[in-house]
Amino acid sequence: MPPLPIPEHPPVAWYLILSAILFGLGVAGFLFRRNIITVFMSIELMLNAVNLSFIAFSYQLKQVSGHIFTFFVMVVAAAEAAVGLAIILTIYKNKSTLEVDEINSLNN
Amino acid sequence: MPASFMPSAQEMMRFLPETLLTLAGVFLMVLEAIMAPENKGRLKAFALFALAAALAAAVIAYNDPGPAFNRLLIIDGFATFFRVLVIGVAILAVLGSSQYLAREGANPGEYWALVLFSVVGQSLMVTSNELIMIFIGLEISSIASYVLAGYLRDDARNSESALKYFLLGSFATGFLLYGVAWIYGLTGTTDLSQIRADLANRDISNSMMMIGAACALMFVGFAFKVSAAPFQVWAPDVYQGAPSPVAAFLSSGPKAAAFAMFLRVFVTAFEPVADRWEPIVWASALVTMIVGNFAALRQTNVKRLMAYSSIAHAGYVMVAVATHSKLGIEAAMFYLAAYALTNLGAFAVITCLVGKGERFVEIKDLAGLGARQPLSAAMLTIFLLSLIGVPLTGGFFGKFYIFKAALDARLIWLTVLGLLNSAVAAYYYLRILVVMYMEEPGDTVENTQEMGGALKFVLVGSAVATLVIGTFPSLLLDVASRYAVLGR
Amino acid sequence: MIDTALFYVFALMTLGGGILCITRRNAVHAAIWLIASLMGVAGLFLLQRAEFLFAVQIVLYIGGIMVLFLFVIMLINLDTAAAERQYSGQWKLALGAVVLAGGEIAWVMARGLPGLGAAAAVQDGGEGGSDGNVERLADLLFSEYLLPFEIVSILLLAAIVGSVFLARRRTS
Repeated sequence: MPPLPIPEHPPVAWYLILSAILFGLGVAGFLFRRNIITVFMSIELMLNAVNLSFIAFSYQLKQVSGHIFTFFVMVVAAAEAAVGLAIILTIYKNKSTLEVDEINSLNN
Repeated sequence: MPASFMPSAQEMMRFLPETLLTLAGVFLMVLEAIMAPENKGRLKAFALFALAAALAAAVIAYNDPGPAFNRLLIIDGFATFFRVLVIGVAILAVLGSSQYLAREGANPGEYWALVLFSVVGQSLMVTSNELIMIFIGLEISSIASYVLAGYLRDDARNSESALKYFLLGSFATGFLLYGVAWIYGLTGTTDLSQIRADLANRDISNSMMMIGAACALMFVGFAFKVSAAPFQVWAPDVYQGAPSPVAAFLSSGPKAAAFAMFLRVFVTAFEPVADRWEPIVWASALVTMIVGNFAALRQTNVKRLMAYSSIAHAGYVMVAVATHSKLGIEAAMFYLAAYALTNLGAFAVITCLVGKGERFVEIKDLAGLGARQPLSAAMLTIFLLSLIGVPLTGGFFGKFYIFKAALDARLIWLTVLGLLNSAVAAYYYLRILVVMYMEEPGDTVENTQEMGGALKFVLVGSAVATLVIGTFPSLLLDVASRYAVLGR
Repeated sequence: MIDTALFYVFALMTLGGGILCITRRNAVHAAIWLIASLMGVAGLFLLQRAEFLFAVQIVLYIGGIMVLFLFVIMLINLDTAAAERQYSGQWKLALGAVVLAGGEIAWVMARGLPGLGAAAAVQDGGEGGSDGNVERLADLLFSEYLLPFEIVSILLLAAIVGSVFLARRRTS
């Protein structure tokens, strides 16, 4: 295994690539997990990848507006979590299951 | 740091519709808590009054167009047109919901409040000139809509609809935000005008790949919201499972607002790279029309059929987006207004016919409607003809202007394929007409619930409006062309 | 130097937590790995001098959102779910799509990165923008971005009304 590159400060590209991988993990989890709660957690991974990108770009551009966007994304994530988990509770009350594949009563 | 950050009176005037709706929504919930149960019918009147006041405020705000709040918002003709449209849709949706809610025994207080909040979100979506504001508006509208889709908590279909809407909506938000993050990183701003200036004035050949990727990510997010292919899969389940009046609302108001922000972002901010995104929108428009129309052919459930029809109509509007010309924007505005009217009217008939617990949702349940309820049947005929695009209806001129704009923009193949698609669409709409007038009623005769006055008003009002803009299209087209002004 | 070492540590936390979050059977374990991942992200925020967001990430995300998740998981008994099939039938398709999308992003980044940051326009407050300190953030939040700050209260209100309404006990 080649030695790890060790610059003085990690370049911005590293953060961006990390964020892209994290986003990919979120998308992967969303697409192939069956449990709704885990699917929802995958969305949180995606949002964190977005936040990481915002901060990295903000650092690169020497602005703080990226921090503000991240702040708003977090607030929205909190609101979504509240509503999403309430919806998950109603699904569980009505169907007694949280398997994505089994929630398919709507079709032709 | 600016000396004073208090907004001026002028800015507050431009922001008046949203302020009114927010205050009304909050006030409604307070009233809901303190009012005696027998007086709760007045809540609806209050919600309607607030919407009417907001409508007036939106019109008045255009007397003094311009930006507000550090250019985060921009009140231009385009914003005003869509503000009026989404508030108008909400008025019709409120009128069309009360009978349904009473029939299902649902508490209407929160319903009206959530509709008002959703309209605040939509109104922000269409007035925002900044990606973060667009995102926040979109989320307000979406969160209220998720709850509305699952409003009858004990109905499994409602919960399923809300869940699918929520999961896929949040997934789309993730893509949209990732695109916003990259645009911010590449241009250093999220202000649409500044993004445009940056893309137009700087040598971007170096970072073209990344700009393209950012546009594509944002396109994915928007395509989800307007239910354009290949991201339309949520729409049939959500519209089928949601309460009928909610499905009517979701497929008219939020959809028009989503198209408005789509148009604003792509036609102002990304105009300098239009030759890059045009092929994507072109392909998506074509696939959306084909998927919507051909899947609708196989449906037996009326609500699901309307959902696929709504996908197909999103495809026609995508054709208008692909032109990215002023003519195309006008055509999209005309089309979205005409479609909203027709769609709300058709869903008003469905809302009445499905019966308590939504038991009669199959096409065969419409058999003999012409004899049973001549008025509903006649109105539904007008709406279906408009959805097909038969002359003398609003739908005809909607399609006409879109394909005219497409021809002007040299999108010949898209026009030809789009016209072929409308011919396919005629089949499944006409099938409903045949069932309605030619077939004997089955065992669903028991379902002859009287249509309430409010629902009748929605029905007749939208039918008349559909015919009027079909006969005198210049009434609406003049407005659209005068208001198709995107402030920069 | 120390920054780079810390970057590796936090990146490992972020990705390791993320991978374990989407692969664990037990929802509680998945949530705990997600918390690890979120802490890694918080550490990366700190490395890029976003101290305020570091705090918000810990307090709001981990202290608020994740605790909510754990509450719901505990409320719904998921023991049976852990024994069932974990991946949906379309996992091959999903994997293909993810590999494709990931490869595309990596390729785009590898080709496009040199052009990055060409627009280094400093628009909010001149020098020292990389401080990311709370004061500068507050200045901007309460002047230029006052409107969205106020508007998210409507968002939160709608979310509260909606979730209370949905989760309320049946009355009839």
